[in-house]
Amino acid sequence: MSATTVKTDQADVFYLEEEPHHEEGSSTMLGFWLYLMSDCLIFAMLFAVFGVLGGNYAAGPGPRELFDLDLVAINTAMLLFSSITYGFAMLAMDRGAKRQTLVWLAITGLFGLAFLGIELYEFGHLIHEGATPQRSAFLSAFFTLVGTHGLHVTFGIIWLVTLMVQVGMKGLIPANKRRLMCLSMFWHFLDVIWIGVFTFVYLMGMLR
Amino acid sequence: MSAANANHAPESHDADHLGHEGHNHGSFRSYMIGFVLSVILTAIPFALVMTGVLPTNATAAIVMGAAVVQIVVHMIYFLHMNTKSEGGWTMMALIFTIVIVVICLAGSLWVMYHLNTNMMPGAHDMTGMG
Repeated sequence: MSATTVKTDQADVFYLEEEPHHEEGSSTMLGFWLYLMSDCLIFAMLFAVFGVLGGNYAAGPGPRELFDLDLVAINTAMLLFSSITYGFAMLAMDRGAKRQTLVWLAITGLFGLAFLGIELYEFGHLIHEGATPQRSAFLSAFFTLVGTHGLHVTFGIIWLVTLMVQVGMKGLIPANKRRLMCLSMFWHFLDVIWIGVFTFVYLMGMLR
Repeated sequence: MSAANANHAPESHDADHLGHEGHNHGSFRSYMIGFVLSVILTAIPFALVMTGVLPTNATAAIVMGAAVVQIVVHMIYFLHMNTKSEGGWTMMALIFTIVIVVICLAGSLWVMYHLNTNMMPGAHDMTGMG
């Protein structure tokens, strides 16, 4: 110890002699937020592609012929409900109520599944009508953008089920709370992206 | 020695913040405010487009405006964004992302629109071929 003090007196030290102590997971939330921001850029690119190619129907069907706004409205409601129920799960987590947290998470998962089911039904309907991704640049861009969002929701549900199992087995330990907070941000972020999807793709598509 | 001090200050702040994180999830009230605002801001654009009561341009403007406001509502009431969390770094990252997103979206649409306009004679021949 005395040797190092002698050294520091003689020369400058350009590094921290002692690693600053960080609590485990103290930087996780910021790191996950940065991931979400990079995910946001992926969606921005897909929105830009849709914006550029959204009018190229290749003499095929356009949004007016294809989209069913009632279905989109129901889908939007499903995702919004799942957002608020996830919020309730977080409030239950803050109270330390494990059972309530699990119940609200399960309800969130069901709304997420309903959203996915309706979206897959819509995709199936479109493909059945011949409006496949290969039909026109508009449909390629549409399936890529909406499909990427659907894929995110799918992985969100897988993550949600995984966390339900973990909370069920280990309870609301700090690590699980941190994971639930990350999924909370992911889930609400997907709802924010969906606002862009139903506005630019569906509603603006009907106005074209 | 001063460097060590400077490094300790934000760290202790972070630890302090972590202790308060339990209060950072909003309350039942704030979630309900966000939910009700979101429902209103979703219902208005859907109703306008479905009924078509307003001229197209006015509808488009309101639809876009409602989307922007709803995104802000979600950011505040669901994602709990504020200028203080993580020492302001989440807000900095968000602002940086918004700048990049705006450049990409506006740039792509602007450039490709002009490309389409200037290539018009060719574009007519191409439409049939897809």
